[in-house]
Amino acid sequence: MSKAKDKSSKKRNIEEDEEQLPIFDNNNKNAGALDNDEGDSDVSDSEESVFSGLEDSGSDSDDDDDDDDDDVEEEDADEDLDNEDANVKANGQSSGDAETTERPSDDVSKPKHDEKSSKGKRMKKKERKKERGEGEEKEKSDGDAGLKVLAQVDEYEHDTSDEEDIRNTVGNIPMEWYKDYPHVGYNLDGKKIFKPIRNKDELDEFLDKMENPDYWRTVQDKMTGTDIRLSDEQVDLVHRLQEGKFGDVNFNEYEPAVDFFSNEVMIHPVTNRPMDKRSFIPSLIEKEKVSKLVHAIKMGWIKPRKPKETEPQYYDLWAKEDPDAILGRHKMHVPAPKMRLPGHEESYNPPPEYLLSEEERLAWEQQDPEERKLNFLPQKYPCLRAVPAFSRFIHERFERCLDLYLCPRQRKMRVNVNPEDLIPKLPKPKDLQPFPTTQSLVYLGHTSLVRCISVSPTGQWLVSGSDDSTVRFWEVGTGRCVKTLEVGGAVKSVAWNPNPAVCLVAVSFEGTVLLVNPGLGDKLVCSATDQLISSYEPPVEQREQPVQWNEAESREQELGHRLVLQHPKAVKQVTWHGKGDYLACVMPDNSSHLQVVIHQVSKRRTQNPFRKNKGLVQCVSFHPVRPYFFVATQRYVRVYNLIKQELTKKLMANCKWISSMAIHPGGDNLICGSYDCRLTWFDLDLATKPYKVLRHHKKALRGVAYHKNYPLFASGSDDGSVIVCHGMVYNDLLQNPLIVPVKVLKGHTITHDLGVLDVTFHPTQPWVFSSGADGTVRLFT
Amino acid sequence: MGGLQKKKFESGAVTNYITRNKARKKLSLSLPDFRRLCILKGIYPHEPKHKKKVNKGSTAPRTFYLLKDIRFLMHEPIVGKFRAYKIFVRKLRKAYAKAQWSDVERIRENKPGYKLDHIIKERYPSFIDALRDLDDALSMCFLFSTFARTGKCHVQTIQLCRRLSVEWMNYVVASRSLRKVFLSIKGIYYQAEVLGQTVTWLVPYQFAHDHPTDVDYRVMATFTEFYTTLLGFVNFRLYQSLNLLYPPKLDSKAETELKAAGEEDYAMDSESYLEKLSALSASLARVISTAEEEEAEPDHFPAEGEDLERMEEREKAQKEQEAQKRLFEGLKFFLTREVPRESLAFLIRCFGGQVSWDKSLCIGSTYDVTDETITHQIVDRPSIEKQYINRYYIQPQWVYDCINAKILLPVEDYFLGVTLPPHLSPFVEEKEGDYVPPEKLKLMALQRGEQPAKEQEDEEEDDDEEEEVDDDDDDDEEEEEDDEEAEEEELADEANLKKMEQQRSQGKALSVKVTPGKVKAENRLRTEEEEKAEEKRLAIMMMKKKEKYLYDKIMFGKKRKVREANKLAAKRKAHDEAGKADKKKKKAKKQ
Repeated sequence: MSKAKDKSSKKRNIEEDEEQLPIFDNNNKNAGALDNDEGDSDVSDSEESVFSGLEDSGSDSDDDDDDDDDDVEEEDADEDLDNEDANVKANGQSSGDAETTERPSDDVSKPKHDEKSSKGKRMKKKERKKERGEGEEKEKSDGDAGLKVLAQVDEYEHDTSDEEDIRNTVGNIPMEWYKDYPHVGYNLDGKKIFKPIRNKDELDEFLDKMENPDYWRTVQDKMTGTDIRLSDEQVDLVHRLQEGKFGDVNFNEYEPAVDFFSNEVMIHPVTNRPMDKRSFIPSLIEKEKVSKLVHAIKMGWIKPRKPKETEPQYYDLWAKEDPDAILGRHKMHVPAPKMRLPGHEESYNPPPEYLLSEEERLAWEQQDPEERKLNFLPQKYPCLRAVPAFSRFIHERFERCLDLYLCPRQRKMRVNVNPEDLIPKLPKPKDLQPFPTTQSLVYLGHTSLVRCISVSPTGQWLVSGSDDSTVRFWEVGTGRCVKTLEVGGAVKSVAWNPNPAVCLVAVSFEGTVLLVNPGLGDKLVCSATDQLISSYEPPVEQREQPVQWNEAESREQELGHRLVLQHPKAVKQVTWHGKGDYLACVMPDNSSHLQVVIHQVSKRRTQNPFRKNKGLVQCVSFHPVRPYFFVATQRYVRVYNLIKQELTKKLMANCKWISSMAIHPGGDNLICGSYDCRLTWFDLDLATKPYKVLRHHKKALRGVAYHKNYPLFASGSDDGSVIVCHGMVYNDLLQNPLIVPVKVLKGHTITHDLGVLDVTFHPTQPWVFSSGADGTVRLFT
Repeated sequence: MGGLQKKKFESGAVTNYITRNKARKKLSLSLPDFRRLCILKGIYPHEPKHKKKVNKGSTAPRTFYLLKDIRFLMHEPIVGKFRAYKIFVRKLRKAYAKAQWSDVERIRENKPGYKLDHIIKERYPSFIDALRDLDDALSMCFLFSTFARTGKCHVQTIQLCRRLSVEWMNYVVASRSLRKVFLSIKGIYYQAEVLGQTVTWLVPYQFAHDHPTDVDYRVMATFTEFYTTLLGFVNFRLYQSLNLLYPPKLDSKAETELKAAGEEDYAMDSESYLEKLSALSASLARVISTAEEEEAEPDHFPAEGEDLERMEEREKAQKEQEAQKRLFEGLKFFLTREVPRESLAFLIRCFGGQVSWDKSLCIGSTYDVTDETITHQIVDRPSIEKQYINRYYIQPQWVYDCINAKILLPVEDYFLGVTLPPHLSPFVEEKEGDYVPPEKLKLMALQRGEQPAKEQEDEEEDDDEEEEVDDDDDDDEEEEEDDEEAEEEELADEANLKKMEQQRSQGKALSVKVTPGKVKAENRLRTEEEEKAEEKRLAIMMMKKKEKYLYDKIMFGKKRKVREANKLAAKRKAHDEAGKADKKKKKAKKQ
């Protein structure tokens, strides 16, 4: 069918073109052709008008307009083309003028194909498609075959689709391709169409422009290469189109719209198309479908849709209490804690004491919201009416929600501890008597801090050394200063010889250690001591010694000085061996191995026991019975066997800086005081770690001491207190020492942040002496 | 050695826990869905004991769930519903995008929904469990029922919340189980005792909410979804236990009475019915309409000794409770329009009073202002023009205070224009050593049946009480003071000694004089105490570090408590003194 259509359309096209040719040439309408047109259109009139002719035509014309507009825009630059276009339009219009307005589609179609002829094929194709679509529509709507035929006859009457410009058969190609040839294409007979002889150069063009009054309306037809002068009508059309008006002067764009499909029921059908046959015959397919549905309903496969329940249904959920419902997880479940119940302060009218004062309120505002104890400001309102909404209500509820699903829950056993139960049950101090309880004597006389004290082995005398570079001897019982020795510097350490048969005191200041015979007590003992010292005979071979032994000069001899030992460095501590012959001196120095020297007084010999420097030595001590030597460095206490000359033990003090050390008279226990407020008790049989650490002082410990006979030890500290503890050591190795603090003795005033500097016990009585930074020595009994 | 090397973190505590993200992936749910599931099923994270071990050596903060919990969630049918919903949304979106409106309609109609009944039953296997967890549910429902019916959440939810909360209030009225009520600045706290469980809930004041932007309403909505289901079932059961119809119906008698009034204002019958219910002025219909049910008398068993005492105590408490239940019986209240109607009507009805309000205020008013039998009119304005002689005009706080005190308080303090006495929280139970505000003491005296003395005496009493309180608080301080005194004495002695010794050391002849010594009165008790204190101090020194820390903490807490109580007392004292001074000034001015 399509082929036949094509053929017929081609034929018609040819005819049409033939008809139109003269129009082009003459710029006049061809009455005959028009008549013919009209005749043709008459045939189709009924159909066209019936079939949304108006609309189609409208759309067509619209399209045209659009196209034209496009063209104008496109070809504004190309004046020639424009003109030609205008020419075409004018042409079309001129033809339209004559025609009745009854068929606008017709008169629009003409300029259309006119313009097509001059323009590319693109448009044509579009047009063709459109037309064809139209045709198909027609076909569809048409029920009768006869009608269809009619439509077909009609259809291509004015078809412009396949038309070609038959004056030139080159087709739709850019004409520039023929730029270099003498011809512009071929006519129907295959003869070349030659370009008109025109050798116009720029000058000719110019002259033409100047002289030819019609120059402005002259256009060159590229296809034929001829100049065409546009008629007035054509020019007019161009102007109209440029102004955006309809091409047709007589076209009324504001015609009243005819509402075809209104609500009013017309007596006549809109189309005169008879009813389809199928509209009278019941559909078999539908019947089948319905019967299927009916069957399904009958069989109960399809049920009516249940109305949706919008309201939630409630019933007795816990009607049966079945024990199976309780799962294992319910035992594991931790129920969320309930919200805290409000206190008085949350009331809208709280008692006045719950309201925050100005400062409290400021403090509350400056606190972090998470740190606040109350999450609201207590407020008072005079009446219920004045209470506003709580602005954080939704927040708080939301936070509760978050707590409920985001917070890990944990069962925490809150142990309700009675604080009294935490206090260890210790034997009552009353039962542990005797121990010093009160301050009974104050030894006054020193003008500066008293660094060190020592008691004579008989317990009758007390020696104290002070920073005012004096050594004072006191009678213990009366508090009387018996003797005062001026020495050359601040006294760092004094030590009374523990041998009761000898009356000798070692005093250290700066680099010197003085051995003094105070001449107190038994005359016999004193003289025996002098003899002992003077009976020394220098050995045959003089050995090189690190320390110089000198006898005191006669003037000083009278004061009591016996021997002077010049050390290379400042001596911090002196301590006697239990037998009274050996004397150990400490010269703390981090860089040399000469930190500790041991002197033998009877032979005036000096030894340096250590080859290596193991750290800053703080203090040393002899074992009371066995040949052991204790050296305390900053953190460790080393125990050396003096006979085997080896290290036997290294005790870790667990503190930062040891200040003092004391050995239990039994020799198996040791206490260390440290500057970081700790007192550590070592049981040498147990471990190298402390058996007990006591932190009962508030400040650095300066001195510690054991009692010789009683199970007591004392510690003096910078907080000005002396704490006396009961430290019972049992002979049974299985029983650990019992340590009970029994008394806190206070008396020393704190001067320059220093309190008690040294403590020592009376050798026989349960008395303790303490020397302090306030220049006093006190006796507690 | 043989055997494979054991990999780290593959056994032990790690296997019991799972991180949130992994759990989510295991359930193949999106995070919001997972969150919703956790909320509905009541699954919460767990804190492992050794976090680092469980976290595979990392210390990054992670949320851990018990693996058991997640496995439990995997069997939940709702998870499938979540997925179906996801698909539903996808289909709907697609249909929308394609503009297939009939499909949209059809898909909409088949929107998958789920029910939470089985979850409720699973989470609360017995009814009592459900009652125990009702606090949050009620607070949430009451909050949601006050939301405006726009935005934020579905209108149906709000309506449902309102319905359930009204039902709950009606139940509380019918069972007379309200115990305590408290007007706080946040809202009104109510506490009821339902089947032996105390249920506390908070109702916001009736104002429009200023919706915060930093609150995730989806979370809240999920909670509400669960809570409404729970509350519905609980309500059903509670109504059943009282032989009331559920959903609640008004008494037929009351209904006919109410029908006349205000029916035409409501477009829908159901709407007006809910309003009538929420008016709380009428009693509810029973399944078997009987007269007041008789309370079953508990059988008396012969008991001995302690049991007897306890029994007596219990009986006494019960009697008190009965009395409280009938607190407002025989009283007739009238509410003016500025007082919170719902709260007051609820309270008065809970304690057996009759209540009405202005007809224009709300549906359900039963009598008019002009009724001569009205005994109390609750007013919250400084003065009222037309006053009837035979009724009290009181401020609303009186009702609340009476309920908390369990007695009818004297009305004088609550008259119009009078400065109200402080409103105290009924939830505070003072322990030994806590601060008790003087008003509470007064109230306790009233409850014991002591007649309040005249004001003057009253004030004095107050002072005495305060002093007592102060004394208590001062005890600790005193001890310290004693110590200080002793120390001072010692110091003085020492100073004397020093002086003498200085004189001696300076070589001056001492004026030898024997002055009669003062006899120090030995206070044996005191010395004993001191000894004990010292003993304690010494023993404390010997504490282990750990115990010492704990001990210090406990003591710190105790001391802080005392300090706070002291502070409150001092504040009160200062305030009272300032008030007295003001009074005196005024008097002086008058004279």
